[in-house]
Amino acid sequence: MSFGWWVRDSLEMVRRNLIHIKRTPELLLDVTISPIMFVLLFSFVFGGAIDVGREGGEDASYINFLMAGIFVQTVAFAGIYTGVLLANDLQKGMIDRFRSLPMAQSSVLTGRTLTDLMRATLAIAIMWVVGMLVGFRPEGGIFGNLVAIGIMLLFGFALSWVGVATGALVRTPEALQGIIFAAVFPLTFVSSAFVPTATMPQWMRVFAENQPMTMVVNAVRDLTLGTNLYTAELPSVLWSVGILLVAFPLGVWLYNRRTTQ
Amino acid sequence: MIEAVGLHKSFGETHALAGLDLDAKEGTILGVLGPNGAGKTTAVRILTTLTHPNQGTAAVAGIDVLRHPHKVRAKIGVAGQYAALDELLTGSENLGMIGRLYRLDPATVRRRTEALLQHFELTDAAGRTVKTYSGGMRRRLDLAAALISEPPVVFLDEPTTGLDPKGRLEMWDLIAGLARGGTTVLMTTQYLEEADRLADDIVVIDHGRAIARGSVDQLKRQIGGERLEVKISDAPHLPDARRVLEALGEGPLFVDEEDRRLSVAVTSHDGVLTRAIRELDTAGVHVDDIGFRRPTLDEVFLALTGSPAEDRPPEDAVGEEAGR
Repeated sequence: MSFGWWVRDSLEMVRRNLIHIKRTPELLLDVTISPIMFVLLFSFVFGGAIDVGREGGEDASYINFLMAGIFVQTVAFAGIYTGVLLANDLQKGMIDRFRSLPMAQSSVLTGRTLTDLMRATLAIAIMWVVGMLVGFRPEGGIFGNLVAIGIMLLFGFALSWVGVATGALVRTPEALQGIIFAAVFPLTFVSSAFVPTATMPQWMRVFAENQPMTMVVNAVRDLTLGTNLYTAELPSVLWSVGILLVAFPLGVWLYNRRTTQ
Repeated sequence: MIEAVGLHKSFGETHALAGLDLDAKEGTILGVLGPNGAGKTTAVRILTTLTHPNQGTAAVAGIDVLRHPHKVRAKIGVAGQYAALDELLTGSENLGMIGRLYRLDPATVRRRTEALLQHFELTDAAGRTVKTYSGGMRRRLDLAAALISEPPVVFLDEPTTGLDPKGRLEMWDLIAGLARGGTTVLMTTQYLEEADRLADDIVVIDHGRAIARGSVDQLKRQIGGERLEVKISDAPHLPDARRVLEALGEGPLFVDEEDRRLSVAVTSHDGVLTRAIRELDTAGVHVDDIGFRRPTLDEVFLALTGSPAEDRPPEDAVGEEAGR
């Protein structure tokens, strides 16, 4: 199996997924409407009540603090959501067809995760614009902002392989929806995504300040706002790479096991 | 072209296959005949590299299925009772995608897509998404997808199950055309008529193993060719009718008490019908309907195993489900 064929097959799968999105645009709701709602709701509802101090950049505003959290939360959910889309596919006969074709079998998975990387990119673009409309001022410079985008996309890509692994495990997509809620919500709320961790109880702070979501949020926050408060860039990349190194082979293995039963 | 020896496959406690041998010569149609849960789908899934047997070996087009699944996939086309198509893609997008995944060059994919759509009378629907297709159209597109690489070996898992009579006849024509073109076909079916009509050789399977095999003619001799079927008016006369038919025909009698229908194998047509009517009349049995017809799968099973096909323990059906 040559690398060239693997890339071509993966792009064929991306093309299939993009046609799906074109024909059922509601597949994009979770990366368009929901993030816009989150930006507006959080900034207007919590904005006046939460003092973020210097963590909100030069003008210490909540929207500046919030955007990194919203970006990473959306990208994380979009990534894990890969599992639901894969579980959906697994319920249909199409996977059996793919299994019987002389294609690179893992391209079904790379095609899926690459498509979701594109979904995440779209979500970031939309949120960026909406954020700027309500006062987001990314002063980090072009380079800093591009690195920030790269860091969040890498995190989302890593989580979409976690999605692949869990999607190959569950019986139904509905089951996974429940698991995602139960697992990912605590991770986003017990982090620095929406509030500074300083006010949390000590035991919770230990977790909140060291978990991967916080690392990524802090790195993105520093890079977009041009501040230098956390030095989380390297840890956030290491977390993503580490997750990827475990989830990628695990996902491929679970998928193969599931489809050859 | 297709050779399987001693295939075993279990799902937990259920033995879907218990030592199945299959053999299809190049350019012929092998019909695998059996009731639901007999292991047909499991056998196809093993031969098409979708699942591994617990024991046994299999080769398709001379290539070991277990050792070189990827090479086997380049040589086969697969279509089945659950049309494996992308609902959100159009007919021609489906064929295009599958053609490219077979590593055909773009020009070939375009040419064959067009030719197949035309041959399967789907040209008008080519630009519509598959979710708008009827059952018959899906099956035809599914078969077209199996043929886009012009594979030497094609597997068809119950290709007509669930189709209306018209769709079934269309499918039969297409399948017969395949074998005329030199393709080796393995086809599973629950319908004796279908196997009789299309297959060169038939393997009858039950509980995951072959209970009879041979050419269609050999098999017919073994199970008795045509059957005389009688539907009587009154249930109380069933024992009388039974006595008359047992004397007239050969082998075990098949009785559907609820439907007041009896059938028995006969060796020739000569005078049988007249004798039957006369003797039934003498016995005081009123006849609603009488005539010759081909045996059904149930009767084949009765002849071969002594028990009707529907008596399969339910857990076998579970095994078949799990195999999908």
